[in-house]
Amino acid sequence: MSTVVALKPVVAAAAAPPRLAPTTAAAEPPPPQPVSHHEAAGRLRDVLRNVIPPIFGFGLLLGIWALVAMKAGAIPGPGQTWVAAVKLFADPFYRNGPNDQGIGWNVLASLQRVGIGFGVAAAIGIPMGFLLGRFNFMNRMLDPIISLLRPVSPLAWLPIGLLVFKKADPAATWTIFICSIWPMILNTAEGVRRVPQDYLNVARVLGLPETKVITRILFPAVLPYMLTGIRLSIGTAWLVIVAAEMLTGGVGIGFWVWDEWNNLKVEHIVIAIFVIGIVGLILEQMLLLLARRFSYETR
Amino acid sequence: MNALVRIEKVGQTFDTKSGRFTALRDIDLEIRKGEVVSLIGHSGCGKSTLLNLIAGLTLPSTGVLLCEEREIPGPGPERAVVFQNHSLLPWMTCFENVMLGVEQVFGHKEGKTKLKLRVEEALAMVHMEHAMHKYPHEISGGMKQRIGIARAFAMEPKILLMDEPFGALDALTRAALQDELNGVMAKTGATVVMVTHDVDEAVLLSDRIVMMTNGPAATIGEILHVELPRPRDRLVLAHDPAFAEYRAAVFEFLYRKQLKKAA
Repeated sequence: MSTVVALKPVVAAAAAPPRLAPTTAAAEPPPPQPVSHHEAAGRLRDVLRNVIPPIFGFGLLLGIWALVAMKAGAIPGPGQTWVAAVKLFADPFYRNGPNDQGIGWNVLASLQRVGIGFGVAAAIGIPMGFLLGRFNFMNRMLDPIISLLRPVSPLAWLPIGLLVFKKADPAATWTIFICSIWPMILNTAEGVRRVPQDYLNVARVLGLPETKVITRILFPAVLPYMLTGIRLSIGTAWLVIVAAEMLTGGVGIGFWVWDEWNNLKVEHIVIAIFVIGIVGLILEQMLLLLARRFSYETR
Repeated sequence: MNALVRIEKVGQTFDTKSGRFTALRDIDLEIRKGEVVSLIGHSGCGKSTLLNLIAGLTLPSTGVLLCEEREIPGPGPERAVVFQNHSLLPWMTCFENVMLGVEQVFGHKEGKTKLKLRVEEALAMVHMEHAMHKYPHEISGGMKQRIGIARAFAMEPKILLMDEPFGALDALTRAALQDELNGVMAKTGATVVMVTHDVDEAVLLSDRIVMMTNGPAATIGEILHVELPRPRDRLVLAHDPAFAEYRAAVFEFLYRKQLKKAA
């Protein structure tokens, strides 16, 4: 048994729902209707069809990994990594001073940075998206700026953060903020622009006051787009935090990877890769779940 | 003096990329209380434009529209609209959709139970009480349009504006809804302006049929008074020579006098 095999159920379940392109999330077809009991055999076949291929996939991955490890001596094989993982996860929450803490603390520290940076980005980006979508002037004013800044690698902003905040930790959070704000602004604005004119006409005919237009019509109509933006943001933020922490140091999964590299504990780096992947997957699945719960199309 | 809506010398122009486009010109029309008026004409003749003007969704370029002798300043619940594509809000149940309007009109003077009763009555009127707590995507197109009608009636508007209300429905559903609407109109004595493509529908439902010339710069061509006794039964009317004559008159206008070239 290896680390990968143990994690299979999570990955297999995640592989089942269709992956969404950024702007098609709102148009996702409703989930299939429950089948009647005499189709149970068919359902079992469906489950097998969904489960078997991922098992083969991971088998292949393990095989290639073992082969590469055998040929290139420096890379630990699945077995060696598994042993290291068992030891590592036996005590994920220990503290031996600021530079030697359990992997649990490192993951939590990274999640906290992502949470704060992302939270601030949402608090600013979503209202800004509404403004951009609702007022053409704002859109024309800010669109060139966003187009200019969006392709910039978030890490290029890190020195600015260091300069302004004078500390590594808020600088990393700042980097997360910068990379997560764009998808939220753009998707929210797109959602507002796509609110059907009919719905707004209904609001006008009913004579709804502006507050009710926002809470009862605009917000529900834009929500699926907003959640797509949030999902993209979280994904990017989780990508960026690892790199940012490598540069800033402190406690965090990215720093931990770098630290283990310096200690030449390569099996820990492999473990970190899996941990980062799994946490990212869980974040995305949680948000997909949230999106399903709140978008009216799939209810 | 009993005109509910008075349309005087109304014209509508739009500024488009290829210059100014005149949609409507010289529209003069009075709609009396309790009257059912159809607007009929080929597509592009500005029927919906005229309806939007009465609704207040757009304002006229020239002329004036009055409702109870006061200028129409914009849209409002006293001139309720039934939209062609029903326009129910998909994140609300049928009940909530109707309630949204009821709350807006009566919320400040009536209690919760009274409001709920109003919604239930409106849904019962279109025979949709069974689907009260369903979402729009769970019911058929005809049912959605019934809810749309219930939403409009529940606000007790002075005038009900319908923009091809049954245009998107199949013929059988459309007939059922026309009969239902006839019943509701008889019960409530509502004033209705309805845009339609359907000659039979116009004759069956209307007191007057306003026939419009082809656009651009469309205006009222002829007005036909339909003096068939109510209640009107489509099966009886099918053999009624008067019904056939009214029908023929509208067809005559649409296909002889206003035949659209290269439609």
